[in-house]
Amino acid sequence: MTNFWNSFGIILYATLIYATPLLYAALGSCFSEVSGVVNIGIEGMMTAGAFTGTVIAYFTGNPWIGFLCGGLAGAFFGMLHAIATVNLGADQTIAGTAINMLGPGIVIMIAKVLFNSTDTVPLTASQKIPKLFSGVFDTSTVFGRFMDNVFANYASTYLVFLAVIVVWFVFYKTRFGLRLRACGEHPQACETLGINVIAMRFTCVCLSGFLAGLGGACVTMTVSTQFRPISIVGQGFIAIAAVIFGKFRPHGALVGCLLFGFCSGLKVVLGGSSGINMHLISMIPYVVTVIVLILFVGKSRVPAANGKPYIKTK
Amino acid sequence: MKKKSFLDSVADSTFIQILISIILGFLVGAIFLMIMGLSVGAAYGRLINSVTSLKGFSYVVVYSVPYIVAGLSVAFSFKTGVFNIGAEGQFVVGSMAACVVSILCPNIPKPLLIPLCFLAAMAAGALWGIIVGFLKTKWGINEVLSMIMFNWIAFYLSNFIAGLPAIKSEGSAEATKNIAANASMLFSKDFIKRVGLCPTANWGILVAIAMMLIVWFIIEKTTLGYELKAVGSNKFAAEYGGINVNRSILTALAISGALGGLAGALQLMGMGSRISIFSSQEGFGFAGIVVALIGVSNPFGVFVSGLFYGALMYGGSKLNLVGAPTQLINVIVGTVVFFIAISVIFKNLNRRRARANRNAEAAIDKRASLQKEDKK
Repeated sequence: MTNFWNSFGIILYATLIYATPLLYAALGSCFSEVSGVVNIGIEGMMTAGAFTGTVIAYFTGNPWIGFLCGGLAGAFFGMLHAIATVNLGADQTIAGTAINMLGPGIVIMIAKVLFNSTDTVPLTASQKIPKLFSGVFDTSTVFGRFMDNVFANYASTYLVFLAVIVVWFVFYKTRFGLRLRACGEHPQACETLGINVIAMRFTCVCLSGFLAGLGGACVTMTVSTQFRPISIVGQGFIAIAAVIFGKFRPHGALVGCLLFGFCSGLKVVLGGSSGINMHLISMIPYVVTVIVLILFVGKSRVPAANGKPYIKTK
Repeated sequence: MKKKSFLDSVADSTFIQILISIILGFLVGAIFLMIMGLSVGAAYGRLINSVTSLKGFSYVVVYSVPYIVAGLSVAFSFKTGVFNIGAEGQFVVGSMAACVVSILCPNIPKPLLIPLCFLAAMAAGALWGIIVGFLKTKWGINEVLSMIMFNWIAFYLSNFIAGLPAIKSEGSAEATKNIAANASMLFSKDFIKRVGLCPTANWGILVAIAMMLIVWFIIEKTTLGYELKAVGSNKFAAEYGGINVNRSILTALAISGALGGLAGALQLMGMGSRISIFSSQEGFGFAGIVVALIGVSNPFGVFVSGLFYGALMYGGSKLNLVGAPTQLINVIVGTVVFFIAISVIFKNLNRRRARANRNAEAAIDKRASLQKEDKK
């Protein structure tokens, strides 16, 4: 029984660790996709955020300034994407692909200049995002250790769950959210009602970059303490997958990210003990996602105007 | 007839737009080099020097082959209205299928083994495409989502197979055995030395050219291509016109997947010779997306852009010799793709101007007809 609770605690801990960055990026993706702009540049925006967050935290010594700057770096690339796709009517897939090359390319070049290496200097404990409730639980008891595993988690994890609630509220309970969703369904109709579609979409794409940047910063400022070119490998795409999985709703994306995180946690525990081939175990999250899609989720309805450039007619 | 202004010719010619994008890409690269205090001349000089010698150019050609064929895979999918973000996974399973066939049957004579490896790779890639297509047509599962998943499944599957006792290298290397000599596409050592080519010179480029022609033929000259394009441009109209949309999607993904798989085999049998157990994806499929975009999904364009990409990748690997970071290449290519994306503004501008002209002409006509009525 002790073993079970220990393993379970570790799985939940790993779930949260894996899901947090995905969730930030997925919320970002929601903003962009729901407003009608495909954003496959999330990956590049995360990389930019991961690098900038770590570097600023390293130079200022303050993890929160670093975290915020990580978001701003993501927002910068979000803005590039917005200028191309929203203002200039560019193909959204092409522009996103460009961002995925530009983001990592630029930050790794800066890393070379600053550190003479593609990796940044590891952060010290005080430069990392702090853990909440660490030492609160008595780890000598089984229950205490379980609670410590699950709840003594990074502040960024608590923050992202708060963010899910806020985003859900914004999407479904505010005027801004209603307009945002309408822009992704029928921009021409929105325009006739006096909604500035261009401004709405521009804001949403920048926001999506900001959140993706925060997600990237989470990766390099919590468990791992330095930025490396392989810090962000595919998380951005997994986040996009989680959003499609969640049918373009923030709470759906939450389920997608948690499912994915949970399977990754399972992978960590099974990989250590079961003797099954590590590579096969590593497949679990992806296989489970496909199976869950087939069994429970099925068709994901894409916002009607998603992917179509909106060109204002005079 | 008015003389065409410069802006008009830019708007009309995709070629000029791409050329301008490439120039801008190198300009942005130059700005970054200057910010870093590096010599632009030295870096770009190195880049050009390393790809223009005979040996360098043979490297470029060898590098380009997998990019061209992966690019054709993605371009074909774009033409048929799906976005093959799964080329990465198809590349990986194709490469592994060819590897397994060659290691398990090393004694089949060369003229049989090489086509057999190609077929195995294409079948594996096509299967990877069809699975995704089946998920889409049967359960309506978004293909982008399942492709992202299947890219990773392919990646871990390849790592798993590479570690199997029958496949894994006997040495300490975390990789497969070398492929059978009979499956290698390399030119003979004597020939390479005599002509002065790079050590991995091979005839893969001929396969790439053949594929370019086949893809062009399918898309432009066959009923199948017509149907696939029809589904790609308007699913509902195609269905109304009597085309089986689901079968079309499956066919498109199968062909696209087969090309992705073949790209993997060409890389392995041309320059790779074995598959390593990787810690992260290699990115040939994602490069294929970029190549397809720069080549505007035209088979011939993809061929040229594949060579361009191969040249940048090979030349870029030499950049650190002059102290410039290799990542400069990603910035340049990223900028090129970015400007290609926004080059639509020329077309939009033109459309707007054409509308303005039409309106003006209509106004003149109207006035003329009014004047006529007045005279009566």
